[in-house]
Amino acid sequence: MTVNGQAQSHDVEPRTLLVHHIRENVGMTGTNIGCDTSSCGACTIHVDGQSVKSCTMLAVQAEGTDITTIEGLADSARNGGIAVGAEDWHPMQEAFQQCHALQCGYCTPGMVMAATSFLKENANPTEHEVREGLEGNLCRCTGYHNIVKAVLSAAGEA
Amino acid sequence: MIPAAFDYKVADSAEAAISMLGEYGDEAKLLAGGHSLIPMMKFRLATPTVLIDVARIADLSYVRQDNGHLAIGAMTKHCELETNADVAAHAPLLGHVAALVGDPSVRHRGTLGGTLAHSDPASDLPAAVLALEGVIVAQGPGGTRQIAAADFFTGYFESVLGEDEMITEVRIPTGTGGWNYQKFNRRAQDWAIVGVGVADGGKGISLVNMGSTPLRATAAEAAIASGASASEAAALAAEGTAPPQDNNADAEYRTHLAKVLTERALKAAGVA
Repeated sequence: MTVNGQAQSHDVEPRTLLVHHIRENVGMTGTNIGCDTSSCGACTIHVDGQSVKSCTMLAVQAEGTDITTIEGLADSARNGGIAVGAEDWHPMQEAFQQCHALQCGYCTPGMVMAATSFLKENANPTEHEVREGLEGNLCRCTGYHNIVKAVLSAAGEA
Repeated sequence: MIPAAFDYKVADSAEAAISMLGEYGDEAKLLAGGHSLIPMMKFRLATPTVLIDVARIADLSYVRQDNGHLAIGAMTKHCELETNADVAAHAPLLGHVAALVGDPSVRHRGTLGGTLAHSDPASDLPAAVLALEGVIVAQGPGGTRQIAAADFFTGYFESVLGEDEMITEVRIPTGTGGWNYQKFNRRAQDWAIVGVGVADGGKGISLVNMGSTPLRATAAEAAIASGASASEAAALAAEGTAPPQDNNADAEYRTHLAKVLTERALKAAGVA
């Protein structure tokens, strides 16, 4: 598999969950583990460009796929480097900052990954469609209002 | 939570998967999208010792028109049913219901064959296939057989599918009759407390979470067939059911919901 454009090859036990593999073997800890029952969406990543809850996928199922995590969204990361800061953020990351779309921040990596996947499928959504598109991601600070604002704002640019 | 240990095999064809099922017997489970099976394995409610991954069988992912039916490959994902133009034109109930399963990330993984094989009476798509009078094509070592959806489900998470069989295709009669789906739940991504599917102007009416299998509301269907109104037929929607009781609802409340939702669904489907 590739993770954020880098080829990764590991021997894993079949029961290793993809989220554990990414965090512990690949060493990308930006993806959080929340509920661990595919309810909350904190562990959302992209597998071949589509949002997936990585707590409910086995690492072995992802063999041969292209994975993107929150670390891989920024421009320089997409070009094979390491994200250096706000200047090369993805428009969705920038919109989250501009709209103050986070409070404690725990849901944010998953929220951003779900939102970027959603905009690929619906580039010009209504507010209602954004809310439905993010139904699989929970913010326990209940900061949904600004999250929806951020996604609508990014939809204009992304 | 981490599942109990198992061996992982990848099947590159239905034949390979069936041959592995023969080799490993009832210790093996087929793995498709995994969004029902993996959670059960994490809770150790399921502890198969061999998982056979069939999700990579690319030629089982398709939607095509075939002799008055839509033929849908078993590994077709919910997100594909949601957006497929043939499904929208010829079996709109199926595409609509696919878009109500879980949430978008779940629908990127879940498959039609997987949800039917899982046979959860609380799932949406089995009830849609039931209302649409779909046919499930199962392949085994001796060839394929076609099973009417009405004969497929036998109990909680149980079906007539043999240990050495896998679902390869689902066939849905095409139709443009009035349809609707009512899903009653309290939170966006929950299972239905009760759901009702109506296809072909009330010829098919199915119930979600009203018993140990997805059910057809046969008394209400018969009433519609003999010219009853939506409200007369809906009053019979829970006839012959034994709804479960859980934290969300008792049997009496589910019975009430089945009637109310059937009336709403029939009226939305154009039945007077």
